[in-house]
Amino acid sequence: MSEATEERGCLGCEADGPTPEEQAAAARRAEIAVSSGFLVSTAAAIALAVTYWRGGQPQLEGLFLAIALGGIGLGFVLWAKRFMPHEPVVEARHPIASSEAEIDAFREEFEQGEVILTRRKLLVRSAGAAMAALGAALLFPIRSLGPRPGAGLKQTPYERGVYLVTADNRRVKAEDVNVDGVLTVFPELPPDPADPHAELRPAEQADSPTLLIRPAEEGEAREGREDWAANGLVAYSKLCTHVGCPVGLYQADKALLLCPCHQSTFDVLDGCRPVFGPATRSLPQLPISIDEQGFVVAEGDFSGPTGSGFWDRDR
Amino acid sequence: MARGDRMITRRVARWMDARTGSAKFARTALGKVFPDHWSFLIGEIALYSFVVLIVTGVYLTFFFDPSVNKVVYDGSYAPLRGVTMTEAYASSLDLSFDVRAGLVMRQMHHWAALLFLAAIIVHLMRVFFTGAFRRPRELNWIVGITLLILAIFNGFAGYSLLDDQLSGTGLRIAYSITLSIPLAGTWLASLLFGGEFPGPDIINRLYVIHILLLPAVIIALLGIHLGLVVRHKHTQFGGRGRTEKNVVGEPVWPRFAFKSIGLMFMTAAVIAALGGLAQINPIWLYGPFEPAEVSSASQPDWYMAWLDGALRIFPAWEIRAGGYEVPAPFFPAVLLAGLTFALLYMWPFLEARFTSDVTEHHLLDRPRNRPVRTCMGTATLAFYTVLTLSGSTDVLATTFGLSVNAVLVGCRVAAVVLPPIVALVTYRLCRELQLRDEEAGMAPPERPRIRWELLRLWEVPARRKEARLARTRSTPID
Repeated sequence: MSEATEERGCLGCEADGPTPEEQAAAARRAEIAVSSGFLVSTAAAIALAVTYWRGGQPQLEGLFLAIALGGIGLGFVLWAKRFMPHEPVVEARHPIASSEAEIDAFREEFEQGEVILTRRKLLVRSAGAAMAALGAALLFPIRSLGPRPGAGLKQTPYERGVYLVTADNRRVKAEDVNVDGVLTVFPELPPDPADPHAELRPAEQADSPTLLIRPAEEGEAREGREDWAANGLVAYSKLCTHVGCPVGLYQADKALLLCPCHQSTFDVLDGCRPVFGPATRSLPQLPISIDEQGFVVAEGDFSGPTGSGFWDRDR
Repeated sequence: MARGDRMITRRVARWMDARTGSAKFARTALGKVFPDHWSFLIGEIALYSFVVLIVTGVYLTFFFDPSVNKVVYDGSYAPLRGVTMTEAYASSLDLSFDVRAGLVMRQMHHWAALLFLAAIIVHLMRVFFTGAFRRPRELNWIVGITLLILAIFNGFAGYSLLDDQLSGTGLRIAYSITLSIPLAGTWLASLLFGGEFPGPDIINRLYVIHILLLPAVIIALLGIHLGLVVRHKHTQFGGRGRTEKNVVGEPVWPRFAFKSIGLMFMTAAVIAALGGLAQINPIWLYGPFEPAEVSSASQPDWYMAWLDGALRIFPAWEIRAGGYEVPAPFFPAVLLAGLTFALLYMWPFLEARFTSDVTEHHLLDRPRNRPVRTCMGTATLAFYTVLTLSGSTDVLATTFGLSVNAVLVGCRVAAVVLPPIVALVTYRLCRELQLRDEEAGMAPPERPRIRWELLRLWEVPARRKEARLARTRSTPID
């Protein structure tokens, strides 16, 4: 193959300059360049196999694979560039569209069949109805993909008397949260007698993370929520009302909660009202109190659905 | 080639030809002419990245387990030993630490995805700025935009499978965006995730979508995309005997084929080097997904950053009426994305309508000779670049020691102000370059009849008169 192209004298073919000897020398050099690409690749492939065989090492594997592939790539490109003809070739374009005669011929043939269709209107219509019904019926299995979205979106496991526990399932006392401190807590599930290691189920865990905060100064309580704080502690949903990321950062000196995903900022002293960023709604508040033993306990569910908004959230 | 080899090749070819008539077809294929220009390689890079994606991806499927069953990790990565996690995450860790060559394959797969998307976007820009989407190629433009959308979705599905802290946060955002769709959102989210977030089925479903459904559609569309290129024959830039009625270039066999195969190996080589030497998505640092936890600096892959940026900088607007609400994320995440792709799909038809140019074009435009299209393109790029940067407001703030609020406000302003400025600058640059071409004695571009060139007000003042003169010379249609 390559012999043939060399005969056509492509290498330096525009040239009046180089003598045949110079051309031959250039071809020799190019041949060496191309073949060394392939040989380097061969060596790298062997090195890759050895690296793997001796236990593997990610960086070396990547490097040798890159050299093995790159050597072949370089070889092919140089081969093409140095040894293959590159005089431009001209190809004519033909019109994309069919000729009028062809279109007419097609239409005629199609209409022969179409006549059969139009003649028996009942058959066409009933076939259409059957197809449509089948299509509609086949849509129904989609319903199996998930349950009807229900109250779960608006409720969490919190209710009056549910203790607040840490991630490792320990009940929380008021003094566990220092001034300017924040603690992530969850509702405690009633112990399941059948399972001594009962854990929160994921759906509940995903919508019920709560922040227990003790701001340095007492904020303004919302109307109707005057007794929702306990012993200087306030509890708010940890899920940002924007798109549900956990509001993970607390700037204690300004009592601001910041969502690291999209930088929504909530003012803890003002009912966790959004003061900056894309969130539109306050973080829902959880009413809490302290029981006789000093444990923090919920007095009900959150003031609203946690996490991001949805169509019928307010209904 | 030795004589014996030739005999065998010939006999195989004959055998095939006797059963398929392949020789005739193959000869036409070998003789097909491709015009040569560096910008035509970009689409090939996308194609070859996809080849690498398939090869590395198949390898990964042999080890990855898309299950949310909990296991206690006891692999070789010591910091996570004893931690309860899903099998999806545990098998990803095993792939990274205990499967020999697994980490290279995983990182190559991820880098190939990033390169795939990057090449698609640059290819799209090439097609846009040179007008390669015009008749008869509108259909292929539509196929191409669809491929872009599918590639974005499949990329997101892919990195969401690993069930690490970062991917779980991404899925939570995706869930919330789905929820935000008016009327149908809660249903869609429940059907997609199999219930409330995190949903028992989402990883498994994403897996099927990622390795079967979307790749199959992408392969089918790629076939159509390339088939249409063959049918239409490739576009070419004007000059030196190139006309609307011919293609000037090199035949597929052998030079083009060799160069293209070489490009494939080189693309794979770059991906392999990145996969081996440049760490990407170090999931072991993020830990298993816990819904109550989040890490700061949660950035998605680059091709999703514009959406994340839009979520960050879009004003805190929502609509609430009659007890129903359209939550804030709907506007930047659903509406903006929908508009983006709708406009992309419609562009060839919009342009044909506004320029009244519905004829066939096989010669490409130089961007400077279509200043209106070019400036709209650069303005759009500016807008999405600002959005992409906005996806890293927190990182920008910490890197440059600014307040996050200042960066975010800056991004908001830039998203509104920058695109028009870029448009005007581009327009003026195009006109300057055109005038320079004319001074250099090049024939002025043939203009389609344009109804939208209000932008002529921004002509270079000193040259406005000359430009007007040049225009009167160069507008035979008006």
